[in-house]
Amino acid sequence: MLKDQDRIFQNLYNDLGSDLDSSQKRGDWVDTKEITDKGRDWIINEVKDSQLRGRGGAGFPTGLKWSFAPKEVGSRPHYLVINGDESEPGTCKDRDILRFEPHKLIEGCLIASYAVQAHVCYIYIRGEYFVDGQKLQAAIDEAYEKKLIGKNAAGTGWDLDIYIHYGAGAYICGEETALLESIEGNKGQPRLKPPFPALVGLYGCPTIINNVETIAVIPTILRRGGKWFASLGREKNTGTKIFCISGNVNNPCNVEEEMNIPLKELIEVHAGGVIGGWENLQAVIPGGSSMPLIPKDKCETLTMDFDSLVAEKSGLGTAGVVVINKDQDIIKCMARIARFYKHESCGQCTPCREGSGWMWRMLERMARGEASKDEIDMLGDVTKQIEGHTICAFGEGSSWPVQGLLRHFKDEIKKRNNFDPIVKETQNIPYLVDQHLLDKNA
Amino acid sequence: MSLKRPAKDQPQNFEFNSSSLDAANKIMSQYPKEKKQSAVMALLYIAQKQNNNWIPLVAMKYIAKFLDMPYIKVYEVATFYSMFNLSPVGKYFVQVCTTTPCMIRGAGKLVEACKEKISPSENELLPDKNCSWVEVECLGACVTAPMMQINNDYYEDLDKEKTLEILDKILKDEIPKPGSYRGRINNEPENGRKTLMELKNA
Repeated sequence: MLKDQDRIFQNLYNDLGSDLDSSQKRGDWVDTKEITDKGRDWIINEVKDSQLRGRGGAGFPTGLKWSFAPKEVGSRPHYLVINGDESEPGTCKDRDILRFEPHKLIEGCLIASYAVQAHVCYIYIRGEYFVDGQKLQAAIDEAYEKKLIGKNAAGTGWDLDIYIHYGAGAYICGEETALLESIEGNKGQPRLKPPFPALVGLYGCPTIINNVETIAVIPTILRRGGKWFASLGREKNTGTKIFCISGNVNNPCNVEEEMNIPLKELIEVHAGGVIGGWENLQAVIPGGSSMPLIPKDKCETLTMDFDSLVAEKSGLGTAGVVVINKDQDIIKCMARIARFYKHESCGQCTPCREGSGWMWRMLERMARGEASKDEIDMLGDVTKQIEGHTICAFGEGSSWPVQGLLRHFKDEIKKRNNFDPIVKETQNIPYLVDQHLLDKNA
Repeated sequence: MSLKRPAKDQPQNFEFNSSSLDAANKIMSQYPKEKKQSAVMALLYIAQKQNNNWIPLVAMKYIAKFLDMPYIKVYEVATFYSMFNLSPVGKYFVQVCTTTPCMIRGAGKLVEACKEKISPSENELLPDKNCSWVEVECLGACVTAPMMQINNDYYEDLDKEKTLEILDKILKDEIPKPGSYRGRINNEPENGRKTLMELKNA
């Protein structure tokens, strides 16, 4: 288990208070000027050395992302945008940073803004987290008052303004370009990339977008050194991570742990074990609802980091671990996730807008045992039509969990849905048709 | 994409009162002068707050004029985001999360409680009631599932009985205490946490 002194978020459970005084006692804001005095290149190199990968789901190397920002500020100002639109089912880590460790985030914003030469930083928080956003706002006000941000922030000579922008209940705004659209006052529909936001982002200006957790760990990395961070976990999957363990466990919780921790240790040691015992485990969604589930037999030995989960055809995502035991109907669970994606599709790309509804309806039917045999392959086909054919990664996020279900629980679906197609094969049915919508007497 | 319809009965007039105006002007100062449109979501929130938690069409027209943007662009934003209510909701607006992490911990029971206490179907504001309820997608409190949101506050670690108690309170116009209803502190594991022990005992 990770040693307590190596935990970055000492106040994860709010034992110590989130105000400025308490935060300073934990080491926040202590020598910010010394860090920025070492210069931009040093900061970016140190972050590269730490091998920190973005904590928002995609796991892109943070140092590399920062290095994409133009070296010189041209006619267009640079922006830093923090993504706190946490809405991935199974994930509730950023909320705890916003309400209990706001000063880690604000200090991280200052250092990151300095590194990418931004004078304005927008923190985008999902609208439902209004109360937690107010706590962050109180911390921002405190920081302004103590001159830690604003003109000559914390004596660094850098000017920085931080503003909160509240979302309003749209999962898609967690996609970075949709988030920018939302800040610009449009509906949150993702943009085509390239151009990437680092060059053409908010208001057409160079913009670096990072997750709340990514930015909040930056000050600690720079204080303790990139090498320290890189010494935790394993190569390319370094450092610590807040895991959210929810679902059918005895003590669901958030816990900061070392990357590459065994899944079984997370569940058994921190979350008090599976309800009904380990043998009662059915499957685990390892990284928020977009990531394909992992069946029990693989959970025994699985370790939690980006690359080992990719090897299992899943992903670490946001590290929202949803444990599903054998008391649950796995098809129903996935049908509910499909409904989530159907509800949250922004409607811009046809395969996603239509396909997410198809997947949901087919899975609902399969859960009730009303689907025919051949629909199982058809469902797989639909997921393939969506994946890779949309502007943003929502297409993958909605089809991967369904693919995971088909990969590991096909027998379960077959057992329940084992009758012949309603429409006879001799009929000329266009490719990919929802059979239940056709006239059943035809 | 969720389907949203504006209310049938629409007021004829709307303008910001003085506190709304102050709030609106403060928000506008956060964005570049030539990018006023960025404030549209915040202004819709302000209008919603001023108008008993829903946004009439005339308010969208007012905001369009206020921000110097086409009315249809405001309408587009108001209909896209699920937190903008286009028809009246209760003084206490109950949102029950039923996405998978909550579902497998019994969110269905919370829905039952709402049906019993508030109204048989969601989005229904009965004339003798001060609250309405709706099923929503993940509210981002999965570790303390099942949970629901009433206005701005989160009510976590619920079961049917506790939900009924909470609903009884709001029906009597009392504000129940937000947070966990199993007495746990924030998102720490109940019964024996294994981390940050010194801080806990400090």
